[in-house]
Amino acid sequence: METIEKVIKIVSEATKVDASNIKAETNFIDDLNLDSLDMVEMMMKMEEEFGVEIPEDKTEDLKTINDVTNFLKTIN
Amino acid sequence: MQLNRVAVTGISAICGLGNNLDQVWNNALAGKSGISEIKDVDPDKWPVRIAGSVKDFQISEDILAAKEQARFDTFIHYALHCTDEALKQSGLLDAGYDPYMIGSVLGTGLGGFPFIENAHKTYMDRGPRRVSPFFVPSFIPNMASGKISMKWNFKGTNHAVSSACASAAHAIGISAAEIMLGRQDALVTGGSESVVSGLTIAGFNAMKALSRRNDEPELASRPFDKDRNGFIMGEGAGILILENLEKAKARGATILAEVVGFGSTADAYHITSPHPDGEGTIPCMQQALKQAGIEPKDIDYINAHGTSTPTGDIAETNAIKAVFGEHAYNLSISSTKSMTGHLLGAAGGLESVFCIKAITEGEIPPTINLDNPSEECDLNYTPKKSVKKEIKYVLNNSFGFGGTNSTTVFKKYEE
Repeated sequence: METIEKVIKIVSEATKVDASNIKAETNFIDDLNLDSLDMVEMMMKMEEEFGVEIPEDKTEDLKTINDVTNFLKTIN
Repeated sequence: MQLNRVAVTGISAICGLGNNLDQVWNNALAGKSGISEIKDVDPDKWPVRIAGSVKDFQISEDILAAKEQARFDTFIHYALHCTDEALKQSGLLDAGYDPYMIGSVLGTGLGGFPFIENAHKTYMDRGPRRVSPFFVPSFIPNMASGKISMKWNFKGTNHAVSSACASAAHAIGISAAEIMLGRQDALVTGGSESVVSGLTIAGFNAMKALSRRNDEPELASRPFDKDRNGFIMGEGAGILILENLEKAKARGATILAEVVGFGSTADAYHITSPHPDGEGTIPCMQQALKQAGIEPKDIDYINAHGTSTPTGDIAETNAIKAVFGEHAYNLSISSTKSMTGHLLGAAGGLESVFCIKAITEGEIPPTINLDNPSEECDLNYTPKKSVKKEIKYVLNNSFGFGGTNSTTVFKKYEE
């Protein structure tokens, strides 16, 4: 599975938003109405699924599916 | 100061007997047991494997969004589910009250203990970074009231009451006072509890408080019976909508009953054992009668605390005799815990619902499994079968660890 597909799947499962409605440019806050707690939980799921550690100061920059995907690619 | 009268305009319940008011009430009248085996648990870790568990329950997504469901412990689900049913019955949402005059005060003894247990396992096994940001909001005792306020936009007083097994009863008493004093027009109250987990069972078991009649779950809860040997843990919720009676009348609401008296005392004696001479419970019942402005002989039915423990049932029986004298033998008593198990912090909520239904339906739910009353328990506990009876005043007792007591008196509504 492509990284972006995996990211979308995780986000879809966490938010119960259908994966077909989540695109590369989908913004977590503006489009999915996630709050700060949702964001922390989401990043924890990414860490588990990808076996990585996302530094807390990085998460603020990760606003869209693309941001997360690109970041995961740089550290993987 | 003239106090406002307090109406009950909506009720709902969930417990081992059913997932809505009608199921719970009809099964209670039929004398069914809601106690069953806790399946698929390790007998080495679960010395007690019976409980009054809720069956086949799934909260509606209209009440709690799918995304949120896994984020809140079950006691919050039960509270929201029952609040929805009670609100529909009351018509409160169409009353047009100021949102700041509608509050929510719910009791819970342990809050989201199972979620704490699970999160602690995560913390121990996988470290602090794996503890969810939703962990704290998932279990805090006031989150049931909090979520109710958010769901229905109730901006009045909002908090939780925790007094062990008297929690919901205290919540109802406090809520009634809010209305009597004119501080709120309406409140959601009662209580909710869901702590059938390995650790809680282990804890209550260590106190020798639980019946270990694992092979006969339906016979295990037997208040006042010779063979009783401890309580059975139950779970669920009992929710009441209380309202300023004049305002409820003005909007044409159906008034189910009135809350007319409340008593609240402490034994000041022992952490878990009731005072053997009823030093806390006797004045507690007397206070409630006094506030109701009635004599002991006016009470038609007592929904007893009656948990099925050897000492507790005798202590309560003696206290009832002390308060009611000869009338103790005339009035009807029952312990619905014989069917539901002990809902701990939610017990007073569920049992208040039974009291109110007893008033509106003119029928008293039984004490099942009462085959041979123990010698010291010689009152009329409505054994085995429900009894039809015209009821004007009912009294509900709820007592808790920490030596806390509360008594509520409900009255049939008359203009």
